[in-house]
Amino acid sequence: MYTKGTDLLEQCAQQKKRISQIVLENESAMQQVTVQQVRDRIGELYDVMFAACTKALNQCVPSLSGLTGGDAMLVHGYENNAKGLCGATLLHGVAYAMSCFEVNTAMGRIVAAPTAGSCGILPGALFAAAERLGASKDQVIDAFANASGIGQIIAYNATISGAEGGCQAECGSASAMAASGIVEMLGGSPETCLHAAAMTLKNVMGLVCDPVAGLVEIPCEKRNAIGVANAFLSADLAMAGVKSNIPFDEVVDAMGKVGKALPMTLRETALGGVAVTPTGLKMREKVFGKK
Amino acid sequence: MKSSLFNILGPVMIGPSSSHTAGAARLGRAAYMMLGKPPRKVRFTLHGSFAETYRGHGTDRALVAGLLGMQPYDEGLRDSLQLAKDQGIQVEFVPGDLGDVHPNTVLIEMTDDQGQEHTLMGSSIGGGNVRILQVDSAKADFSGEYPVILTTHRDQVGALSHITQVLAEQGVNIVTLRLTREKRGDLAFAIIETDTLADPAALQAIRSLDEVLAVTSLEKLL
Repeated sequence: MYTKGTDLLEQCAQQKKRISQIVLENESAMQQVTVQQVRDRIGELYDVMFAACTKALNQCVPSLSGLTGGDAMLVHGYENNAKGLCGATLLHGVAYAMSCFEVNTAMGRIVAAPTAGSCGILPGALFAAAERLGASKDQVIDAFANASGIGQIIAYNATISGAEGGCQAECGSASAMAASGIVEMLGGSPETCLHAAAMTLKNVMGLVCDPVAGLVEIPCEKRNAIGVANAFLSADLAMAGVKSNIPFDEVVDAMGKVGKALPMTLRETALGGVAVTPTGLKMREKVFGKK
Repeated sequence: MKSSLFNILGPVMIGPSSSHTAGAARLGRAAYMMLGKPPRKVRFTLHGSFAETYRGHGTDRALVAGLLGMQPYDEGLRDSLQLAKDQGIQVEFVPGDLGDVHPNTVLIEMTDDQGQEHTLMGSSIGGGNVRILQVDSAKADFSGEYPVILTTHRDQVGALSHITQVLAEQGVNIVTLRLTREKRGDLAFAIIETDTLADPAALQAIRSLDEVLAVTSLEKLL
């Protein structure tokens, strides 16, 4: 049983296990199924996520409102550009994340991870990292389990809902989950996983949720893109030996409190941020007509 | 951790919004299960955020998809309005004020092929989770996490005990039970959440009780 990052670290140390094993065994005990059955179920979600991450790479998948679509294809076409500063691995992860997100906005099938509005980050980051590292599907399933454990702890102690905590709670949590999962895939210790997750969340502390026209489209898709970059950077920082000066659990608590302190206008109400810019309001009118 | 990792990684759903799309599909599906089949005619009264943004989030398509029996992950969901039209189902959406309820609330008023009218009201409360607030005349409050039995019976001494006696005999364990009535000696409504879905024999046994006028069974929504 764990509700904090420190619980995970303690159990990992005592039982000489990785975070993913603790999370899988907890689920197995709670649902009264085998660890293999839990892994198989994650494997099914893996397939749904992979299909969404690749669907919009080579074709434009327009959103229901018609406001967005085609950006994943642009990034995919630029991945191997010699001038690309971010490099092919990151851009590939971003293209995956944006493809997944575009499928979501087009009413395609996705896996909420942890929410629909942040659905691209975790699979995009993990799939691209796995390809770069030559990791097996089983290793990626472990990374998803590790990431889910981080998500459980954030949901328990703070929030993963944009309406409650802003975008830091949705895309921020998804990125922190991804960073931790990647570190485990890279062979990092449980402590290193939590340093990566903590740094990721700190990087977007206070990020508001300000969807144009109230739709899960603008600016959400680009925040899914930067979520992958945030996860990759934090994972690399942690693997380089950089530690989060503030422990993971304290960062999570701080994020929850910042979320509560955000005004209503910046928590998924479309009453603040880019949603109420002149262009944002014009887009609203285009989709829903004059108010 | 007591809550499942699949609440974090999941559900599998049709986008774009767990509250406006996946939750809406579940509410539609609850209405479908009340009738056991799609209605002939339906009117959705959309409240709050549902009324504001239902087209952009596909809330309309999700509600109708649920009403046709689809799950939130069914890829037919986006074409549900056409499917309903093809089946000759009359569908109407109206924005309205449903009172002091969650911003994502819908009232579903249906007419079945016998001309019987049924209503269901529910809210989509986030992450694809729902609360059912009203089933026909009965005030309700359940999540769809468990199967539900709804009875309409006469408000008289022993009626409830006869119903629960049948469930006990059929080996169906009760999770929660809510009893309301219109006025003394008139109609009463029981909403019973159970661990397992009551089989047709159990429902028939309840239906044949003297006090019982109607029984409906809903599978779990989650």
